[in-house]
Amino acid sequence: MLDFTILTDNFGTYLRGFGNTAYASVLALAGSFLLGTLLAVFRITPVKPLQWIGTAYVEFVRNIPLLLVVYLFFLGLPSIGVVLSPFACGTLGLAVYTAAFIAEAVRAGILSVPKGQMEAARSSGLSYGMTMRLVILPQAVKIVIPPLNNQFINLIKNSSILSVISGFDLMFYADRIASDTYVVFSTYIFAGLFYLLLTLPLSYATGWLERRLARHD
Amino acid sequence: MDFKDAYKWVNLEFILEGFLVTLEVAAAAIALSFLIGCIAGTVRYMKIPVLSQLAAFLVELVRNLPLLLIIFFTMFALPEVGIKFGIVQSAIIALTVFEAAMISEIVRSGLNSIPKGQVEASRSSGLTSFQTLWHIVLPQGLRRMVPPLVSQFISLLKDTSLAVIIALPELMHNANIVIAHNFQTAVPILMFAAFLYFVVNYALSLASRRLENRMA
Repeated sequence: MLDFTILTDNFGTYLRGFGNTAYASVLALAGSFLLGTLLAVFRITPVKPLQWIGTAYVEFVRNIPLLLVVYLFFLGLPSIGVVLSPFACGTLGLAVYTAAFIAEAVRAGILSVPKGQMEAARSSGLSYGMTMRLVILPQAVKIVIPPLNNQFINLIKNSSILSVISGFDLMFYADRIASDTYVVFSTYIFAGLFYLLLTLPLSYATGWLERRLARHD
Repeated sequence: MDFKDAYKWVNLEFILEGFLVTLEVAAAAIALSFLIGCIAGTVRYMKIPVLSQLAAFLVELVRNLPLLLIIFFTMFALPEVGIKFGIVQSAIIALTVFEAAMISEIVRSGLNSIPKGQVEASRSSGLTSFQTLWHIVLPQGLRRMVPPLVSQFISLLKDTSLAVIIALPELMHNANIVIAHNFQTAVPILMFAAFLYFVVNYALSLASRRLENRMA
């Protein structure tokens, strides 16, 4: 049932897609981590307008599909004169979308640090920014790592959205192989295996981390 | 940006028709994936030999693959081995398979969150393990599952948009067609689509929060 010549004949094509999928995921992860952390800090600062911005962003983006976000970059930007490559549109869309979820994970992590820590640091004379940077965030990181890892797995899977706008990712090249060879079943099984190569190790690492961190509590 | 051309009634009506398909497909997939997810989650909770390992394997497999690949596979690869579905069926089946894996994990951890002492107490009072599950564990577990379940249903509703790749005539597919007629309508049309998704999903998340408060 499985046609292994599909894999051997198109190995280079698969690898190119695999590389691009990994590249897009890492870029989008870096972007969404920065934006997500910023949004999380916005949501917990005492400054009201910043809270509103953070909440509005998270609530809006979490409730619309990723495809719509990607289309805003891919179809929306050209109508105001900005044309980016499909790869860039897809990666930006992924980052903007995932940032909302990362913001929630980081916020939950920060809020789980006991209030006394903030009060103690503030009364020792540290500024709000210093307290965040030196006291709260280092403790929150530990709690945030497992959900963040889950978001990264989602990000890798979601990066397949690039294929919808021909963004040269793994799914895109799988589509190409399927339409060149007319062998669909095997082509997508192998594409699936390449995705598992990225997601499974992360998935096991997350489970392991969760168990380890739970033991230390 | 051409708001006037975008918000003509023909366009809005066409997009709303698509939204109806989105809601129908999502509703069918929610019902089916909830059913299958509950069964798979319970099988893993009760550690039924063979079935439990099989469910664990399938759940791990599906959870680590992109939904887009599963949709494509259902629609275009399965016919090669003699299993053929239409577009709507393919979309519902693929969504169900993917979300059932997620839901089974929610159900399993919901059931596991009920203290073991309750199960022991119930079993030593003479209830069978099925009665214990049905009368003791499930009613309490369900309460804890509501928030993650609702957020999974919201994900599912958003994920129906991925069926554009098999040309399911849902919201994003129809929005795309309108935009293709006049690219200047892209932003207003996408804003309208976002509004529709947002209203339904936000209402769902508010309802979930209220339900959670009432139960607590």
